[in-house]
Amino acid sequence: MASSTPETGKAAGQSRRFGIPGRYLVISAPYVWLLLFFLAPFAIVFNISFSSAIIAQPPYTALFDWSTGLIPQIRGTLSGYGFLLSDELYAVAYLNSIKIALVSTMLCLMIGYPMAYGIARAPAARRNTLLMLVILPFWTSFLIRVYAWIGILKNNGVLNNALISLGLIDEPLPMMHNAFSVYVGIVYSYLPFMILPLYANLAKMDESLLEAAADLGCRPWKAFLFITLPLSFPGIIAGSMLVFIPAVGEFVIPALLGGPDTLMIGKVLWNEFFHNRDWPVASAVAIAMLVLLVAPIVIFQHYQAREDDN
Amino acid sequence: MVNKSSWFAPKEVPYICIENVTKRFGGFVAVDNVSLEIHRGELFSLLGPSGCGKTTLLRMLAGLETPSEGRILVDGQDTTNIPPYDRPVNMMFQSYALFPHMTVEKNVAFGLRQDNMPPHDIDARAKEMLELVQLMNFAKRKPAQLSGGQRQRVALARSLAKYPKLLLLDEPLAALDKKLREQTQFELMNIQEKTGVTFIVVTHDQEEAMTLSTRIAVMNDGVIRQVGTPSEVYEFPNTRYVADFVGSINLFEGDVTDSPDTEHVTIRSEEVAVEFKLDAFVELPIGAKVAVAIRPEKIAISKDKPEQEENICRGKVDEIAYQGSLSIYQVELPGGKLVRVTAPNLTRTAERPIDWDEEVWLCWGRHAGVVLSD
Ligand SMILES: Nc1ncnc2c1ncn2[C@@H]1O[C@H](COP(=O)(O)OP(=O)(O)OP(=O)(O)O)[C@@H](O)[C@H]1O
Ligand SMILES: [Mg+2]
Repeated sequence: MASSTPETGKAAGQSRRFGIPGRYLVISAPYVWLLLFFLAPFAIVFNISFSSAIIAQPPYTALFDWSTGLIPQIRGTLSGYGFLLSDELYAVAYLNSIKIALVSTMLCLMIGYPMAYGIARAPAARRNTLLMLVILPFWTSFLIRVYAWIGILKNNGVLNNALISLGLIDEPLPMMHNAFSVYVGIVYSYLPFMILPLYANLAKMDESLLEAAADLGCRPWKAFLFITLPLSFPGIIAGSMLVFIPAVGEFVIPALLGGPDTLMIGKVLWNEFFHNRDWPVASAVAIAMLVLLVAPIVIFQHYQAREDDN
Repeated sequence: MVNKSSWFAPKEVPYICIENVTKRFGGFVAVDNVSLEIHRGELFSLLGPSGCGKTTLLRMLAGLETPSEGRILVDGQDTTNIPPYDRPVNMMFQSYALFPHMTVEKNVAFGLRQDNMPPHDIDARAKEMLELVQLMNFAKRKPAQLSGGQRQRVALARSLAKYPKLLLLDEPLAALDKKLREQTQFELMNIQEKTGVTFIVVTHDQEEAMTLSTRIAVMNDGVIRQVGTPSEVYEFPNTRYVADFVGSINLFEGDVTDSPDTEHVTIRSEEVAVEFKLDAFVELPIGAKVAVAIRPEKIAISKDKPEQEENICRGKVDEIAYQGSLSIYQVELPGGKLVRVTAPNLTRTAERPIDWDEEVWLCWGRHAGVVLSD
C-alpha cells in the first residue's frame, strides 16, 4: 500500500470517506438481526423471570414501578427460581433432558461418523448424491416425519407387525411412549446435523497425511486413531453441539413419542406457559436451561482458545 | 565420489529391480515401461522436468500406487502385494505431508513410535534428527508455525528417523536457500555413507543431481532417457533431449560427410558453415543427419586467430554475462546462429578484455563434441 501512486492513494481515501455507510451497513446487518430477534426477546424473558404471576393481562407484575417518582423502584423477586428448587420435578426434568440429549448425541456420533466418513471418501461423482440423500428428509415437514414414527413403532405398527408375521416375536414389543421411541425420534431427526459438519471436516482432510502415516509403518486403524480422529475433532464438536443443544430443549419429539418416564424440560416449559399460565416460572425454567447449556460451552471454548494459543 | 562400489560391478544382484513398470491414470500414461536397477548403498537421482512421472515412480516404490504393468523387486522379493506400512521404505513427500496437529518433535518421532521402540530411544533419535536438520529450537512448534524451508527439513528428518533400507526423497531440498541446501546435500551424502541406506532422490535441479548422486536417470514424459554416472550423463549424453536438459549445450545440425572408421567423423553443418572434425564413437553412413553437441566450456574464445587449422570459426560477441568465476559469452556466427561459450576469469583484469560486438575466434578440440543421431 505504501508504494501506491498518489492517484490511487487519493482514490482509496475517497472511497473510505464515502464508503463508511455501506461498509458498516453490511457489518451491522447481522448484529441488528441478533439484537432484534435474539437479545431483545431474551431480555424480555429474563425480565419476566424475576416478576411474580398475577391473574391479569399480561399475567405477571411489572419489574419496574415508575409510580414513585423519577427513580423506578425495582420489585423483582427470585420466587420463580425458588420454585424451580422447591419442586424436584424440575431437577428431574433437567437431568433427564441432559441425559437424553447426551445419549442421543453419542448415538448420532456413532452412527453419523461412519456415514460422514463414507461420504467423504466416496468417489467424487457419488458424493453429491449421498449428501442429497442425507438432506432429503428435510423436504418433508419435521412434524410429519415424527408422526410417521408413531405408525412404525406402535403396538400394531409396521415394525411390530412385520416381526410378528416373520414369526420372530409373539407379542408386540413395547416401542412407543418410552425412552426407546424418544431416542429413535431424536437420533433420526438430528442425524443430518451431525453428518454435515463432520462431512465438511473429513472431506477437506489431506489424504496424503494417511499415506505418510502408512509409509511410516502405521496400520490403517492406528492411522485413523492418531491422524483422522484428532483432525476431525472440530467437526465432532460442531456436530455434537448442533445435536445436543436443540435436543436438550426438544419439545415435539417427547410430546409425540415420549411417555411418563421421558419427562423433558421442553415439555415442562410448555406446561408452565400454556397450562399453568405461570409466565415467571416458565421464564425461569428457560433462563436456567440457557445458563445450564451456555456455561459448559463458554468454559469449553475458553480452554480451547487457551490451548490454541500455546 | 567415485569408489569401488557395487554399481560398477554389474555381476552383483541389484537391490532394487524395476521391471517394465508402466503406470496409467485413466488413459494417461504417467510412467511408461521403465526398467531400472539400483544397487545397495547407491544415491540414485531421478532427474526430469515437471510432470514427467518422477513422483509417480517413487510412489510405486513406496507402495502408495500399484503399477499398471510390470513389477518392482526389492532385495529379490516382489513387492506388488506388500502394503506401504510393511515396507522397509520411507518417503519424504513433495508436499511434506506433516501432521498438522502434532509438534515437530512428535512428527519426527511418529515412525519410531510405530515400531514399539522404548520411549527413551525414541526421544534420543528424534533429538538427533532435529539436530541434523538444525531445528532443535523448534521441537515444540506445530508445522503451521514454521517457514516453508523449516517444514521441508522436518519432513526430511521424519523420513530419515527410521533409518529405512530404502529412502525415497521427493525434491528434498527445493525450498532451502543455497547455503543450507549445499550443507544438507553434504549431510545427505554423509548419512548415506554412515548408514549405508539406499537413497532415491527426485529432483529437477540438475546441479543437485550431479552433486549428490552416484548415478542419474534422466526422465521425460514417463520414459527414462538415459541412466549413468553424473559425468557420463554430462559428457556423453545419448540424445538431444538429455544433452539439452542436463547443463547447457550448443547443438549444431549437420550431415556426416566423411567417416573413415568408427572413431573419426567429419560433419558438415550448413547452418553455421563449419566443418566439425571429431573423434567420436559413431557408426553412421555418409549423409546421415546428425547433431553435434558441444558444451559451452569446451569451446575456447579468443581475439587472436588460434594456431589450429580445423574446428575453428569466427563470430561476433552478442552478449556477455559476467558471473564472477566465469563469464558467459553469446557469440553470433556468420549464419546468425548463437553459440554459448564460457571462459574462466583467470585474472582480475584481463589485459585485453573481450567486448560487446567484437570479432572473436572460436575453436574446439577433436574430443569436445558428442555426435547425436536421434
Ligand atoms: N492421481 C493421478 N491421477 C491422474 N493423473 C495423475 C495422478 N498423479 C499424477 N498424474 C499425472 O501424471 C504425470 C506425472 O506426475 P508426477 O507427479 O509423477 O510428476 P513429477 O515428475 O513428480 O512432476 P513435478 O516435478 O512437478 O513434481 C502428471 O502429468 C500428472 O498430471
Ligand atoms: Mg513430483
